[in-house]
Amino acid sequence: MSVIRDVMPDFDLLQPATIDDAVQLLARHGRDAWVLAGGLDSLDWFKDRVKRPRVVVDVSGIPELRGVRRTSDGGLEIGAMTTLTEVATHPDILERYRVLADAARKVASPQIRNQGTIGGNVSQDTRCHYYRGGLDCYRAGGNTCYADTPAGQNREHCLFGADRCVAVNPSDTAPALIVLDARMVIRNARGEREVPAEEYFIGPSVDITRMTVLQPGDLLVSIRIPPTWAGARFYFEKVADRNAWDFPLVNVASAMFVRGGVIEGIRLAVNGVAARPMRLTGVEESVVGEPPNEDTGELAGQLAIWGARPLNYNHFKVPLMKNLVKRAIRGGET
Amino acid sequence: MEILRWERNPWGQQVVAGLGWDMLYVAAAAGLVFVVADALYRWRRPTRINGEEDLARLMAAEAARGVPERVVRHPLASRIFHWAMAATMFALLVTAFLPILGVQFSWVTAHWSAGLVLTGLVLFHIVHSAFMGLRTMWITRRDIQDAYNSVRRLLGKEAPVPGKPGKYPLENKLFHHATSLFGLGVIGTGLLMMVRVDTPFWVRNPYLLPDATWGVIYVIHGASAVAFVTMIMAHIYFAARPEKRWITWSMIRGWISRAHYLAHHDPELWRVVPDGRRAAGRRSESPVSRGGQAEAQR
Repeated sequence: MSVIRDVMPDFDLLQPATIDDAVQLLARHGRDAWVLAGGLDSLDWFKDRVKRPRVVVDVSGIPELRGVRRTSDGGLEIGAMTTLTEVATHPDILERYRVLADAARKVASPQIRNQGTIGGNVSQDTRCHYYRGGLDCYRAGGNTCYADTPAGQNREHCLFGADRCVAVNPSDTAPALIVLDARMVIRNARGEREVPAEEYFIGPSVDITRMTVLQPGDLLVSIRIPPTWAGARFYFEKVADRNAWDFPLVNVASAMFVRGGVIEGIRLAVNGVAARPMRLTGVEESVVGEPPNEDTGELAGQLAIWGARPLNYNHFKVPLMKNLVKRAIRGGET
Repeated sequence: MEILRWERNPWGQQVVAGLGWDMLYVAAAAGLVFVVADALYRWRRPTRINGEEDLARLMAAEAARGVPERVVRHPLASRIFHWAMAATMFALLVTAFLPILGVQFSWVTAHWSAGLVLTGLVLFHIVHSAFMGLRTMWITRRDIQDAYNSVRRLLGKEAPVPGKPGKYPLENKLFHHATSLFGLGVIGTGLLMMVRVDTPFWVRNPYLLPDATWGVIYVIHGASAVAFVTMIMAHIYFAARPEKRWITWSMIRGWISRAHYLAHHDPELWRVVPDGRRAAGRRSESPVSRGGQAEAQR
């Protein structure tokens, strides 16, 4: 249980200056190490004394992890420690991948976006209040989901993919990266690998204690965005209890190419409804060749919520998700 | 080393959450130690047939009494059961332990699906065995006496030469009973745990039992599962040993030779139907053992 607030337990703070050093430190300390990026998720855990790593590896002093670079294939590579403000205001992202800038701009508040990083935003833990409160739930290694009890407060929890745990992924940038077909570049002591954004996030059926494929020793170093969807027609919308400084109840991102008045290609993803951001491939397939209008949006919305299993207090998310998907297809302004 | 995992419930009570996964490594180490120790022992003391006899004389006598060239040890249904269970156990161990070792994949549905297959196989085996004769697997007083004598002789003490077993030697019976025990452990608790996940058959109900009771169930499930790691290591080791391969082959082909039958089994305890009494047709080529009846008659 979290008993002491605002006083962090002791840990060794390591501040590598290069990616290689960071990877070596993570390999050396394995499960005892915690990667500190912007600190917005991490410091809550430490101050609440729920997570007590022996070693904290602060990667904020590694210049290689920062900045937005063009790649040889015409895409972009965003360092994992690039702040959300930089992502939201970078000219290349605004011009070619606006959905990501829109998503980054919707994260929390300006102060948090100045400190928070794109790597931290996609790798943050769930906001389930039972889990964050320090209960030994499934996600914390126990045998119980306290949000899934008959009286459990599960208004923010999942509609899909409940597998013992019903928590959801809280990232705003995650669905945007999925629709851009981004690839997450991960380094560890054995080398570097690229994981599609869609596969970077995992549900409880894969590992109930993690939200991403990152294992002890792994470091997310950058996010590569191919030119495939550059300049597409984008849409991002987030619904939260407050317009600022809040996590999404549901958000949606889409990228589509429209030619001759019909959808030629589309990628569509939602978050806040499952333990991992969901790419709606069935919906994508059903709307290709259709005009991006009200009727197609309605069909897409109906398809999107097929199979939703609301909990006691989150039935409202079903029409919310349906309408967000509908707006992503037809455009919100009409 | 973590033997048990503990959790604190919302009322501040410390309750058991399950078996500590360090025990998986303990089970694997125990299996390895057993295999190495047995291999060293057998290397230093080559296997001898209990009560070595003049096999040629015995074979001539038994052939005259109609013991067939091929003695059926495992009928087709038993072999199908064995290999289906082996595949299912492999699937269960892979889906259970690889995620613990850090290999990430969606394991839950595959795990309970394999568990249901295992449950079905065990039910089939129970029914089939009831028809085939359960007594072949019973541990008899003679098994215990022979084991006692073997241990005394192993320790260099005076003891009568142990006799040959019936259809199944004591170690087979013990392995079978341990498998039954741990199998019931994983199946019984596994079926209960399925209540906690959504399946096509029902919606999850995690609140069937209190936290602490679930913890005990998880411990039984985990302990039985890691016990299988040790047992399967030993089982595969014996199946691969050169002097045991005739048994392994019998689980593939179904039969053992007359020579192996006479060398390793007591024809009085495991009687086979003589060639001459076989009915005509296909069945006459693969005589059926009647070990169950023979042991029942003892």
